[in-house]
This record gives sequence, C-alpha cells and structure tokens, in this order.
Amino acid sequence: MPAHTVIDDVLTVDAGKGGGTAPPAGGGDDEGRGAGHTPISSRRYFTGISLGLAAILMFFMALTSAYIVRKGFGGDWQALRLPPILLLNTAVLLLSSLTIEIARRHAADAGLDSFRRWWSVTTLLGLAFLAGQVMAWRQLAAAGVFLRTNPASSFFYTLTAAHGAHLAGGILALLYVAFRAWERAKITRSAAAEIASIYWHFMDGLWIFLLLLLYLGR
Amino acid sequence: MATHESAAVHAHAAPTGWIRRYIFSLDHKVIGIQYWCLALFSVFLGMALSLLMRIHLAWPNLKIPFTEGGQITPEQYLALLTMHGSIMVFMVLTTAPQSGFGNYILPIQIGAADMAFPVLNMLSFWTTFLSLCVMGAAFFVPGGAPISGWTGYPPLSALGEIAGPGQGAGQTLWVVGIAIFCAASLMGALNFITTVIDLRAKGMKLMRMPLTCWAWFVTAILGLLAFGVLLAACILLLLDRSAGTSFFIPGGLVVTDKIINHKGGSPLLWQHLFWFFGHPEVYIAILPGMGVASHVLSTFSRKPVFGYRAMVYALCGIGFLGFCVWGHHMFVSGMSPYSAFAFSLLTMSIGVPSAIKTFNWLGTLWGGKIQFTCAMLFAIGFVSLFVSGGVSGLFLAQPSIDLFFHDTYFVVAHFHLIMGVAAIFGIFAATYFWAPKMFGRHLSEGLGKIHFWFTFIGVYAIFMPMHWLGMLGHPRRYSSTEVLTLSNAQFTSIHNFITIAAVITITAQLLFLFNFFWSLKKGKKAGMNPWNATTLEWTVPSPPPHDNFAGHLPTVNHAPYEFSVPGAPKDFILQSEAEAPAKKRG
Repeated sequence: MPAHTVIDDVLTVDAGKGGGTAPPAGGGDDEGRGAGHTPISSRRYFTGISLGLAAILMFFMALTSAYIVRKGFGGDWQALRLPPILLLNTAVLLLSSLTIEIARRHAADAGLDSFRRWWSVTTLLGLAFLAGQVMAWRQLAAAGVFLRTNPASSFFYTLTAAHGAHLAGGILALLYVAFRAWERAKITRSAAAEIASIYWHFMDGLWIFLLLLLYLGR
Repeated sequence: MATHESAAVHAHAAPTGWIRRYIFSLDHKVIGIQYWCLALFSVFLGMALSLLMRIHLAWPNLKIPFTEGGQITPEQYLALLTMHGSIMVFMVLTTAPQSGFGNYILPIQIGAADMAFPVLNMLSFWTTFLSLCVMGAAFFVPGGAPISGWTGYPPLSALGEIAGPGQGAGQTLWVVGIAIFCAASLMGALNFITTVIDLRAKGMKLMRMPLTCWAWFVTAILGLLAFGVLLAACILLLLDRSAGTSFFIPGGLVVTDKIINHKGGSPLLWQHLFWFFGHPEVYIAILPGMGVASHVLSTFSRKPVFGYRAMVYALCGIGFLGFCVWGHHMFVSGMSPYSAFAFSLLTMSIGVPSAIKTFNWLGTLWGGKIQFTCAMLFAIGFVSLFVSGGVSGLFLAQPSIDLFFHDTYFVVAHFHLIMGVAAIFGIFAATYFWAPKMFGRHLSEGLGKIHFWFTFIGVYAIFMPMHWLGMLGHPRRYSSTEVLTLSNAQFTSIHNFITIAAVITITAQLLFLFNFFWSLKKGKKAGMNPWNATTLEWTVPSPPPHDNFAGHLPTVNHAPYEFSVPGAPKDFILQSEAEAPAKKRG
C-alpha cells in the first residue's frame, strides 16, 4: 500500500462543526469541501462512484425483495439446480479482485509495466467470468430450463444478466483507464484506477451476495 | 494531487460553436434552460390532454377533431388519462423544479463554476429528451397510447394487445420510456448530490446553504434511492410482457375468452415496487417548491426565514418518512389491517414536519415588510395549496376512510392540489423570481398578476368541487357519468362547472406564455440584484457569464437570509459580503 492514497483524502469526512473561523487550508471541515480556489480535485469522483454504487445497490435490492416475495407467493416455485460452473466463475471473479488490487498499487509507479500487466490480467479474468456465465446459461438451456420456465429460473437469468451487464460496464471502465491519455485529464491515472477498482470490488461482492441468494434462497 | 490542485477553476472551456453552446452544451445554465423548455412543452401537451378529457366529461356529444366519429371512446379516454398523468408527473413535475431550476441555480448559489460532472449533466438531459420521445411515440403506433394509467398496474399493463387498445406497442413504449427516464434521473441525482457535497465555495457551510439548495439536495437523494427501484420494476414488467415470465401476472386469468398462459405472479408485487418509488416521487415533485417558497417568502418579507434549522430538519424528515409510507397507496389491496395501521400512523406523522414548514412560512411572513411581487404571490399561493391539498391527505391516510375515497374524485382533488398545482406554483414562483437572472429581463409584473389571480382562483374552482364529487361517490377514471345512477344530474352540473373553470384557467396560461416570450425581447432590463436578495446568484451579472464567477469563486461569510439586520446599512446582506469585525454575529 502506498503511503497516501486518494481514498485517505476522501475518508477525511466533515468532522468539524464550523465555528465561524476560516478553516485551515485542506482542513476536513464543513466549510465547503470544494475549498474555494482549488476546486478541481478527484474527490468528487469518489463521491460520485459511492453514490452510483448506492443507486446500483437499490436496484439490486429491489430485485432481491421481488425474489423473496415472489418465492413465497405463487406456489409454483421450483428450486433450481445451479450449474456447477458458477463456482469456477466465482473463483475467477475473486481472483480478479486480487489482481486489480495488485495493479492499482502499481498505478502510480514511474514505469507502468506492472500496472499494465495486472490490469490486463484483470480485464481478461472479467471477460472469462462473463464467458463462464454464458456457459452456465447454455448448460441450463440444454437442461430445458429457460427464462420463462419457472419463477426461479426467471430470476436466475434476470439477476445474472443484470449483474453481467454491470460487470461489462466495469470492463469498459477498465479499458478506459488503460487506454485514456491521463496526462491531459483532470485526475491522475492512479485516482482513476482506484475508482475503477472500487467499482470492480463492489461487483465482486455483489456477485457473492447474489450467489448466496440464489443458493440459499432456492 | 498537487499538480491537479493548481488547475484553473474553469470547469470546462467556453464553447465556441453554436451546437456546443446551445444544443450539446456542458454549461449547467444552458442545460437548466433546456430542461425548463422540455417541461414547458410537456406541460402544455399534458394540459391539452386534460382539456380533451374535461370537454368529454362535460359535453360528451361535442365533436372533437382527430378522433373516430368525433367521439372519445372509453379506451381513448383512458389513454388520455394515462398520458396526461405520465407526462405531467415525469416530464413536468420531476424535470422543471429539480433538473431545470436546480441545474441553473444550485451551482451558482453554492458558489461553484458548474455541476460536478458536466458531461454527465448533458447526458442526463438528452436521455430525458429521448425518454420523452419514446413515451410520446406511443401516440403514433397501432392501438395508440396505453390505457393502464401512470401507475401501470399489471395484469392490465403486462398482458399485451389482448388487454385492450394501446396495450401492445403503446404500453411497451411507455415502459421503455419510463426505464430510460429512470436512468436519466439517476445520472442527474448523482450529479446534484456530488455537487452539493464537494463543490461548495469556501465558507459555504451546510447550514449556510439557501433552503433552495437544501431542497434540491434532499430531492436528489430521494431520486438516487427511488429511481433504481422503478427501473428494476420496469425491467421485470418488460420481461413479463415480452419474454413470457410471470413476475406480475397471476395464474388462471381469462381475458376475452382466452386463457392467459401465465401462472403464479403477483400484481401486488408491482404495486409495492412502484409505490416504493412512487411515494418518494411525490416529494421529488414538491420539495423543490418548498425550497423556492421559503426563499421567495423570506426575500419579499425582508425577513430571515423563520426557524432556518427547523426548516432543514423538516425537509430531511419529510424525505426520510417519504420512504416509509408507500403502503398508504395500497389500503384497498387487501393488506393486513396491522400493516395498514403502521402505514397510516407513519403517513400521518408526515403531518409534523409539514406543519413545521407551514407555520415557519407563516412566521416568515408575520410582521414582514411584504412586497407583493408575482413571485411572492405564487409562493403564498404555494403555501395555500400545500395546506388545502395536505388537509385532505389526513382523510386519505386513514384506511377506513380511504376504503371509500380511494377510487373516487376525492383522491384526484387531493393529489392535484398538493402534488400537481402546488408544485406548478413553485415553478411559477421560481420563474418570476429568477427570470431576471436567467434572461436578463423581468417578466411583466402586471401581466403576471393577472396570470396569478386567474390561475389561483381557477385551480381552486377546478379541484375543490372534485372533493364534493368524491364524497358523493363519483368514481375516478370513468369516461362517462351515464353509467352512474346516483344523482346523475348533480354530477353533470359539477362536471360542467369544473370544465368551464378548466378552460378559463388553461386559457390564462397562454397569457403566461405571451408574457414570457414578450418579456424576453421587451421586458424591463434587470440589474445584478433587482430584488435586493442575499444569495450568491445575485452577486454575478444577469445572465451570469460562462463559469458563473469568471474564474474567481466567492467566499461566503454570512447566513443565507440576513434581511433587515439591525444596524446594517442596507436591509439585506449578501452572503459573500465581508464580515464587519465590529458587528460580528454568532
């Protein structure tokens, strides 16, 4: 871990009550976090990603509550046998969280070789996860279980597709971080890498949650 | 980080081409006006639809153009009702007060050069525009617009063409349009919250923010948490419609002699998901109006807002409680009386913060040097409508009374007063108040006052008798009173009165339209601070330059509503004025 990351700045949340005197420069006070004359900082991007994840969480919580209600409602629920490949996919995604963390720690290095290597590995692991999810769909379809077959299968396809779409967005973000010319950008490559990795870890955790829901709530 | 802290305060370079300046602009001020124009178009479209409904109710035999045989069929009436509600709620009440004025005014009021994410801001406007186009396209597909109401309850909304005209392609376009709107609103909400948290100028403490900014902030939080839920519900509904799933469609349905091949779904599940969004949506529409009313009442009473802190806490309280009361829309769904009791209790507890706000508005007016500008009149009108519409809410919050009232005109009267016209009055107050800042010219006060009195009396004339209709047991959503056996003549005369009032009120809105466009060209020129107001938008030229503060962000030294401060040379102190050391206030 580098001595000081952007996230440390972010965690310095409004603590003071703002007693009327001007805060010291860079002080984590309530007195306007834009800090007057130096407004372009990467802090807003961390605020933005946190809020974005809150909205995504609400979206998946709505689907989760629908899952629970629908399961208890119709009497037509048939427990789904989850394809075993999901375990492999989960391992791949967990591994990708590890590799993106390694990459992120090298994002501020002078040479970017390590960063690029591990970032690429993460991207490939993400693509492998998506491919694995498609395989799981194909296995279910081969067993005659389709989207419309049963409420359990409807939710399985819907939840995995929604998560997959969000993860695909994460892959686009990884590619953006890798190929954008950060020299001319408002924030540094390492800040962007940190934001992308926050999103990535969240998608990882979200998948674990969904897998538990699908398994324990089958 | 140091290299980036030294960057200029310009949020983005000034645009050069016409398209970048006026169409795909990154400037929050242009985007705010774009939203405002979208809402203006939508509100006249929505009003036209309601006019057709009113004419049909009062004079069912009148020939109406663009309909088969000159008559509005019951199905067409429902299509008008659905599109009127959807366009008004989503494209007017959600866009103008929050995305329109919030976009234009909020960054200036907190002392920022732009919103936090200008590109996202542009995207959210154009996504909203796309959703209006998709939803509006429902008028032009075979079968026409959907008939399932703005709440889109399944199974009617989920079955497809078999459920009626407009339930095929029209309903699909409606659901897709709403889903796109959800995405747009989420982008906007994220941008607003980030802007308030991270872009406040030096000295702009949270408790120094104008109440308008607080209202936009709380509204954005509601939007961020609510629209994702509606998006999820829309996706499930689309799957039911097109992929053969049974999330919402129950088993054993027979529609026009055809057995529906779905089973086990729960229409109530949609209602829960929809109203978990739908109730916060009510506050998304009304909270910005509350902020504007507080702001305008204080400015034209030449007094600080009475109980500023209480106003902030009440806003947050209403926002929080707004997420706990969705079940009161479902009292007639057969829910457990215990649940109904809990929802009822929580709903009535919203009366507490609402009363705090109302009393504080009156306290702000009390003893003030009141200036009856058009903005002030509309702000007072807002308070009046908020009280009138709120009182009937206490009736509807009780499950036993709601059982009778739920499907009657009483509910129509209630939500139109409190959510519809109260929010519209907030928009009008904001328009008369900020037009000098936004366009550099005043709207005509004389025409504005005529517009106000016609509108104020008009909306009461339209909606007050609807309470009476409801108490008589007149069901809502009916296209004709002929099927009602009970005191038909009485219904007809009330309907005729309402329709005449509606025609007059809608005509008066043309006066506003004329006033607006005439004043853009010929109105009295506005100086930097024509109302002698205190907040930061009045420290910059009218209209403000690109980047608002020309690269030098202000420092804030004062609370937002320092009017008539004893010993001060003027009766107002701008927030950015230097603090006089001798008269330091706590």
